[in-house]
Amino acid sequence: MNERKIRVVVAKPGLDGHDRGAKIIARALRDAGSEVIYTGLRQTPEQIVDTVIQEDADAVGISILSGAHTFYFNRIIELLRERGAGDVIIFGGGVIPDSDIPALLEAGAGAIFGPGTPTSVCVKWLEEAVAKKRAEE
Amino acid sequence: MEKLLEKALAGDIRSIARIISLIENDTPEKDELLKRIYPLSGRAMVLGITGSPGAGKSTLTDKVIESFRRRGKKVAVIAVDPSSPFSGGAILADRIRMQRHTGDPGVYIRSMGTRGSLGGLSRGAKESLILLDACGYDVIIIETVGVGQSEVDIIKIADTVCVVLVPGMGDDIQIMKAGIMEIANVFAINKADKPGVDRVAAEVRLMLDLVKDRSWTPPVHLTVAEDGTGVEELVDSLVAHGVFLKENPDGVRREWRRLAFEVEAVLLQSLTRLAEREWSAHRTDEVMNLLLSRRTNPYAVAEDVLRKILPCDRADRGATEEEDSPDVAANDG
Repeated sequence: MNERKIRVVVAKPGLDGHDRGAKIIARALRDAGSEVIYTGLRQTPEQIVDTVIQEDADAVGISILSGAHTFYFNRIIELLRERGAGDVIIFGGGVIPDSDIPALLEAGAGAIFGPGTPTSVCVKWLEEAVAKKRAEE
Repeated sequence: MEKLLEKALAGDIRSIARIISLIENDTPEKDELLKRIYPLSGRAMVLGITGSPGAGKSTLTDKVIESFRRRGKKVAVIAVDPSSPFSGGAILADRIRMQRHTGDPGVYIRSMGTRGSLGGLSRGAKESLILLDACGYDVIIIETVGVGQSEVDIIKIADTVCVVLVPGMGDDIQIMKAGIMEIANVFAINKADKPGVDRVAAEVRLMLDLVKDRSWTPPVHLTVAEDGTGVEELVDSLVAHGVFLKENPDGVRREWRRLAFEVEAVLLQSLTRLAEREWSAHRTDEVMNLLLSRRTNPYAVAEDVLRKILPCDRADRGATEEEDSPDVAANDG
């Protein structure tokens, strides 16, 4: 049996066109041995959730710099639950004010990584979260 | 597992995706599962799209999906990108060009890493298409990794192979070379709005003219995947090749060859598993040090391992025959 890889979708919802951050995290996850499915820019929550389901991803990382993070996180979490994929791990990053983070975590996001977070921190967090999720399967 | 399969066959996307992961991960129940769904497969048209990195395979695939959807077909895509030889990770980004089809229930797109396979595909890709076929997709498109000259595994699983070329990739000698140029059933010369496209088309046609006595001559299409120019005609040719395979004796011959490849692949996979298990049991520091100091050699060590797997008198023959590469016949439909 092959080693079971972590499959993670990295997505850019909404209209902001800056994906340097998303690409850096995608690259870091790749170098840590994960299979990273990158959606490209300007995705709707529906497209992101369809991608997560079609790709059988363990997790989805969302990068938002537009300020619309509360809407997008909530919508994506809601859609995943509707589609029977509420077990998928959600994390994110971008320009997200500290004051908004508790509500996102409350809604179901696993972690929010702000600017300046070392990629190794995200990678380690994701590896542990996926291991925990698989243990519960 | 039973329930998962039932739901997948009823069209539940999450279940299909789950089973593909089981296949990709080579789980122990995989063989049993594939045995069960195999009789339900065999209806889909399996289409391979291959070509060098950046030739426009994903963009072209996107337009080909669109065309098949207009023709009322359900389409599944397996898009393969390379896995890192170092970390084993991968960036799977082919679907960026196809994202507008997510949300269409008649389209399923799955990205895969090569996970160590050479030849432009992954083992998971070959086996997943049996599932997708059984689940009722009419057309299954396999997009290979960006290939060089000799990654031709796609002919082992596809009914019809489309090779994508672009202008400016070298002179006519490149087109004369063996390998990928020989496996096309249909050529797409993409980025046809770029200079040099007529020359490439002429050189490909010239190459094709040199082969006599064949029942199918690969059509050469000029396409601009970006805006869809030439894609309808390309898809017409792909469909025509499918019809040709059904009606021509060469089609049956090709199907035989493909099925033989399938058996070989399963055999090799089982043997590889055995060999890996024996070798990891045999691989001690002592053996490695003997090898390092050249007091023994890889051939002798391999023979020892082989003797544990095979009856004694068979081991030597096995050692010399294992590297037999399958015969790839040129452009015979």
